[in-house]
Amino acid sequence: MGNSFQVRIRRQPKPNASFEWVTYTLENEPGMNMTTVLQRIAANPVTSDGRKTTPVAYDACCLEEVCGACSMVINGRVRQACSALVHHLLEESAGPIDLQPMTKFPIVRDLIVDRKRMFETLKDVKAWVRVDGYHDLGSGPRVTPHVQEEAYPLSRCMTCGCCVEACPQFNDHSAFIGPAVTCQAILFNAHPTGSVDRDDRLAVLAGRGGIADCGNSQNCVKVCPKDIPLTDSIAKAGRDATLYKIRQWFGR
Amino acid sequence: MPNKQHVVVVGGGLAGLSATMKLAESGVHVYLISMVPVKRSHSVCAQGGINAVNDYTRQQGDTEWKHLDDSVYGGDFLQHQPLVKEMCDWAPRVINLLDRLGVPFNRTPEGLRDQRRFGGTLYKRTAFAGATTGQQLIYALDEQVRRWEAEGLVDKFEYWDFLGPIIDGDGQCRGVVAQDMFSMEIRSFAADAVVLATGGCGAVFGRSTMSMICTGGAAARAFRAGVKYANGEFVQVHPTAIPGTDKLRLMSESARGEGGRVWVPRTANETRDPKSIPEAERYYFLEERYPKYGNLVPRDIATREIFDVCVNMGLSVEKDRLCVYLDVTELSTETLNKLEGILEIYEKFQGVNPRQTPMKIFPAVHYSMGGLWVDYERNDTTGGLVLGSPRNQHSNVPGVYVIGEADYQFHGANRLGANSLLSCIFSGLIVAPSIENFLGSLAHGTAADQATSLFDDAVQREKDRADGLIKNQGDENPYKLHQELGEWMTRNVTVVRNNIDLKATVEKIDEVADRYKKVAMSDTGNWTNQNLSFTRALGDMILLARVIAEGALLRDECRGAHFKPEFAIPAPDADDPAELREQATQWCRAFREMKEKWLKSTIAEHAVDGPKFSYEAVDTSLIPPRPRTYGLKGAEIIEEVWREMDSGVKDGAAVAAT
Repeated sequence: MGNSFQVRIRRQPKPNASFEWVTYTLENEPGMNMTTVLQRIAANPVTSDGRKTTPVAYDACCLEEVCGACSMVINGRVRQACSALVHHLLEESAGPIDLQPMTKFPIVRDLIVDRKRMFETLKDVKAWVRVDGYHDLGSGPRVTPHVQEEAYPLSRCMTCGCCVEACPQFNDHSAFIGPAVTCQAILFNAHPTGSVDRDDRLAVLAGRGGIADCGNSQNCVKVCPKDIPLTDSIAKAGRDATLYKIRQWFGR
Repeated sequence: MPNKQHVVVVGGGLAGLSATMKLAESGVHVYLISMVPVKRSHSVCAQGGINAVNDYTRQQGDTEWKHLDDSVYGGDFLQHQPLVKEMCDWAPRVINLLDRLGVPFNRTPEGLRDQRRFGGTLYKRTAFAGATTGQQLIYALDEQVRRWEAEGLVDKFEYWDFLGPIIDGDGQCRGVVAQDMFSMEIRSFAADAVVLATGGCGAVFGRSTMSMICTGGAAARAFRAGVKYANGEFVQVHPTAIPGTDKLRLMSESARGEGGRVWVPRTANETRDPKSIPEAERYYFLEERYPKYGNLVPRDIATREIFDVCVNMGLSVEKDRLCVYLDVTELSTETLNKLEGILEIYEKFQGVNPRQTPMKIFPAVHYSMGGLWVDYERNDTTGGLVLGSPRNQHSNVPGVYVIGEADYQFHGANRLGANSLLSCIFSGLIVAPSIENFLGSLAHGTAADQATSLFDDAVQREKDRADGLIKNQGDENPYKLHQELGEWMTRNVTVVRNNIDLKATVEKIDEVADRYKKVAMSDTGNWTNQNLSFTRALGDMILLARVIAEGALLRDECRGAHFKPEFAIPAPDADDPAELREQATQWCRAFREMKEKWLKSTIAEHAVDGPKFSYEAVDTSLIPPRPRTYGLKGAEIIEEVWREMDSGVKDGAAVAAT
């Protein structure tokens, strides 16, 4: 038993079904992360009290924290399962490691949730650069290193959903677009070509579910696995949306 | 009125997204099918950059032709050169396009794109966005495809597993069957052309630098349906990765491109802290052995040298776990900032700050040079491709196109770093006009006009297969069987290959295939059954493993990533100059014989009793093959003798002709 530990997983077989907490016992391995834990359980899905189960359904892909797939709530904190190391978690709190799906999205099964809402909202803010076409038109605009250094961190957003999970304002009952999408609107507004759709994006930020819904709890920036300066973008979005509204009042 | 034509693109990485956006731009409707939300495709893992001749390298004498030369020399001449030429000619335009799409490439003070050096070239030809270039590129393409989705030209089916092409009585592909990985619904998609952009097959080796979805499942399903598989035995083992329990995480070549150095202590069992080991007691083996390219020799060579130092010389940094140092501790803060993306990965997963302590790395399976066979049409005037030819990227099954890592022909026997992002996007961009012309040439109605029984039967077959797997009885555990397969493949079919081991591995794979018939599912349900998706993919991995291992067994030579010591030509080592020259002459003759015999693509075709192998000539019409020494110390004589022999042959041929 010396090197073993327990994981307690919130399991739900289907959307809208009831759930149960199921505990598994595993042998620790050097450098073991939570996706390995789920792989080990898949290979031997037997609970701590010897009950046979199905493998735990989970979302994961790159296993190195660049794809954004494996977000889940681990010991009460939303994060990527691949970069959550068992020995750190056991240092954080003794006893079973708790695994549960994110709570702000519909559950598909076990730890899998449907994050479609985020991707759909990216369409609303036109999170793209509307180029004339994909034929050869020479290089893009010159960009100073300073501007690139501001854009690059925002462009690392994996749409993983951690920020909206931590956001008190984002839920079933609100239309809030959330920090990640706000940040993408700011990213594309700052791009010389992307700014052609600036007002369309600001209209979304200034409208229902827009930036006014942010309660400024600043939870988002604390959980972002990529350290994206989300609150800076939100502050900028607030200013830009206000100016946009003023411009609208004056009919310009 | 006949039904509209549709194209199915399977896979939403760089290749699939490029093809989708380009088709949509021309008004062609696309069903984009992917196992994961396309933004999470494996392309996100590409780190270092994307190659193209640029204004900076041009002034140093670089040209598209030199990019071609570096690429085919790097690939040990196993590529069809017209394709590579076209790709290198397009490279600057591809990067310009990405730039226009908003990719945050690193910049120089003047606002131009910054460049870094990569392996297998002496030019700084690589544009980059930090050390997360793949992620930045795929995001730009994902955004474009979302734009077309909003306009109704693209319908995405994410979390859908491609089960196979639908092929009619005339051998023409008419669509695909796929399964919703949540609801487990199996349905058909009628399509007039199908593009497979489904990536590599690293999972065949158990752990690799690839993502969990890189099983090769889609490629194997197309192979089973009649698409040929080529050069399967050519698998890139990347020199620098961090070993992990679930995956081997890549440490980009850009670490060396920015000045990182690979070394081991000169004496075995060194216990001192690496930072305290004086310079003279460090063995920078790549720099000493390859003074010209140093740490930036091509990946196959760097990997073999790391193996040599650890296995043959016993100089591994750790005793029970083979590894060498990758040292970036001497780099400036400004340079380290450009590598932030990968240094952060090292720190998060290893708990050690690589800015202060040299990283411990070891080679890992990384890229499939081989893949599904595709055609091309050569332009005899330019030496490149006939753009828009329906033959480009077209497999042997009419209507099935293949692009990106899933195809086989851009990288030969070894891919150069930062050429994969290029080949993926390039093949995606050029396949679109080829498909449009193919669609225009189609007679006998569209796919949607075909008899419904064609689609219903295909769906029924897949339903039966899925039911068969779920009801299967036996005592084999698919996850453990996969691990066993991976261990065999990694041990015997990666860096150093011996026929005796390869033969045993082929037998082992057959045994695994037999045991696969006895796999039992731990989940027999019909909702989000990942157990079923994995077990189905395992059957595919076994099929591809056989193609890879047997292809390697049959190929008795050394070429690029395929290294068989029994067939290596002994290097000249005499002290006496005359004797050394004689040895080098013998070496070059042996090299020429080997070239005559083996400079061919391996072609595998599926049959129930195992793959059938044949070989196909390679188009080397632009740059004649030559010995690949990369300035190895001691190999100068080979280069010298080869030059003389080569010019002699040409003179001789000219004389004979007159």
